[in-house]
Amino acid sequence: MTDFLEVLLRGLGVGSVYALLALGFVIIYKATGVISFAQPALMLTGAVVTSYVAPAIGFMLFTGLTFFVSLGAAALITAVIALIVERLAIRPMIGRPAFVVAIITIGLDIAIRVVASGFIGLGARPIPNPWGLQRTELLGLRVQERHLVSMLALAVIVAALVWFYRYTRYGLAMRAAAFDQEAALTQGVSVGSVFAMSWAMAGALAAIAGTLLATSAGVDRQLWIVALVALPAIILGGLDSLEGAVIGGLAVGVVESMVGSYQRDLAPWLGNNFAGVSPYVLMLLVLLAKPYGIFGTPEVRRV
Amino acid sequence: MLSARNLEVVYDDVVLALRGVSLEVPEGKIVALLGSNGAGKTTLLRALTGLLGIHEGAVTKGGVDLDGKPLHRTSPEKIVKNGVRQVLEGRRVFVELSIEENLKVGAHTARPQMADNLERVYGLFPVLAERRGKVAGYLSGGEQQMLAIGRAMMSDPRYLLLDEPTLGLAPLMVEAIRDVILEINRTGTSVLLVEQNATMALSVADHGYVMETGRVVMDKPAAALLRDDDVREFYLGLHPGEDGRKSFRDTKHYRRKKRWSA
Repeated sequence: MTDFLEVLLRGLGVGSVYALLALGFVIIYKATGVISFAQPALMLTGAVVTSYVAPAIGFMLFTGLTFFVSLGAAALITAVIALIVERLAIRPMIGRPAFVVAIITIGLDIAIRVVASGFIGLGARPIPNPWGLQRTELLGLRVQERHLVSMLALAVIVAALVWFYRYTRYGLAMRAAAFDQEAALTQGVSVGSVFAMSWAMAGALAAIAGTLLATSAGVDRQLWIVALVALPAIILGGLDSLEGAVIGGLAVGVVESMVGSYQRDLAPWLGNNFAGVSPYVLMLLVLLAKPYGIFGTPEVRRV
Repeated sequence: MLSARNLEVVYDDVVLALRGVSLEVPEGKIVALLGSNGAGKTTLLRALTGLLGIHEGAVTKGGVDLDGKPLHRTSPEKIVKNGVRQVLEGRRVFVELSIEENLKVGAHTARPQMADNLERVYGLFPVLAERRGKVAGYLSGGEQQMLAIGRAMMSDPRYLLLDEPTLGLAPLMVEAIRDVILEINRTGTSVLLVEQNATMALSVADHGYVMETGRVVMDKPAAALLRDDDVREFYLGLHPGEDGRKSFRDTKHYRRKKRWSA
C-alpha cells in the first residue's frame, strides 16, 4: 500500500508539470481558437534561460532563493519572447483559418527550438536547485522533494489563475473575448491585447514547467519532447477547459507512473518502457469514448 | 454631435452596402433609424463604432465625425473610450458569465467609476440587481436585452447606439425597453435607435431617418414622419382607404412608389 501511494505521489508530481504545460495550451486555445504547437519550444527556452540566469546570480543569494528568482526571471523573459512571437507571426494571421495558424506555430516551434538548442551545447546544462533528487518523509511516505515543489507550484498557479479570470479586469475581458469577440469589442476590449496576453501567460507557464522538469537531469536538447505529453492531457480534459487541463495533466502523470511501476510485473509482454507510450494510449481510449474530452464543450466553436 | 457624412461602405471589396449616407445624432437627442432588412442600418452602426473591419468591410468614401473630429480610422476600443457605444443586434450577452461579470466587462474602459455605474445600472434594471450572481444565459430574452443595454451603460457613454433592442420581445417588454431608452436619454445620453418597430421608435424619437438599399430616403422630425403617408403605409401598416383594403392597382402603385427619389 505504501508503495502504491508513493507511486501515486510521484505521478502527481510529474503530472503537475504536465498540467502547467497543458494550461498554457488551453489558455491560448480559449483566447484564439488555435492550438499553439510552439509550447514545447517556449518550455525549452524557459529552462535554458533559467540555466543561464541561476549561475549568474547564484554568487549573491543562497540556493533556494536563487532558484526561485531565476525561475521568475525565466518566466518573465519567456513571456516577453512569446509576446514578440505573437506580435510578429500570429497577429497578422487574425481571421485566417485556424489550421493555417496552427501550422505556423509548428514552424515557430522548430525555429525557436533551434535557437534555444544553440545555447545548450552538447551536454546537459544543470539547473542549480536546493533539492536535486532528495527524498523526504511525508506522513510515512517517501517522496522526492522536487515533486512536492511541482505540486505546490501548480496549486499556487491554479489559485492565481482562478483569481485572475474571476476578479481582474483583463481576466474577465479574456473570458468575454473567448466567448464572443465582436461583443467583446463593443465593450471596449482590445481583442489584440487579449491574444497577446494569452501568449504571454502560456509562455510564462511553459517556462516554469520546463524549469521544474529540468531540475532532475538538467536542460538537454531533448527536453521539449516531454511537452508533447501535454497533448494527451488537454485532449483528456477537453481543449477549452482549464480545470480539465489540470485534471488531465495529473491523470496522465499518474497513469504514466503507475504503468512505469507495475507494468513490468503485471504485463511483461508489453516490453520495456511502455510507460512512455501510455499517455498516448490513454488519449486514444478517451478519444474513442468522449471525443471532446471529459470537461470539454461538445460543440467547440472556432473563434 | 455624432455624424456620418456621405458614407460609402464596401464589403469584401465588391458589395456596396452604403451609398453616400449622411446622418446626425445631436447631443441629448433620440434619433430613430428605420428601414427594412438589408437596407444598411446595421452596416451604418458598424461604421460608427469601428466594427466594419472584422466583417471585411471598409469605409471607401466619406467618414464619421465625433464633435468634428474624424472617427472612422479609430479602433473599436478607442471609440468606446470616446463615449460611443453600440448594443449589438441579438443581445449578445456573455451567457457563461454571471450578470455582474457581464456588467464588469462592460466597465472595461471605465474601471475607476465601476462601483457608481454598477449602482446606476442596478437602479435602472432592478431585475438584474436581484439576480446579479446568476449565469446570464438563464435570463429571459427581455432580461438579456436589459443586461445588454445595462452593460453598455457601464462606461457612461455619451452616445448609445441600439440595434433592434425590441427584436422578438413581448409587447410588455417592448414598453419596458421604451421607458428605459427615455430614462437613459433623460440622464444625458444621446440615443440612435435602429428599429423595425417603427411605432415604438417614432414615439420616443426627436428625429427620424428612413433607409432603403443603402441610402437615406427620408430625413424628417419624428412627428413629421409619423404623419407621412408613405411611412404610415410601409412602416406603420396603416392604410389610407376607408375599409383598409386595397385594389391590385394600388399594389402596383406601392411598388412604383417604393423607389423614393433620394
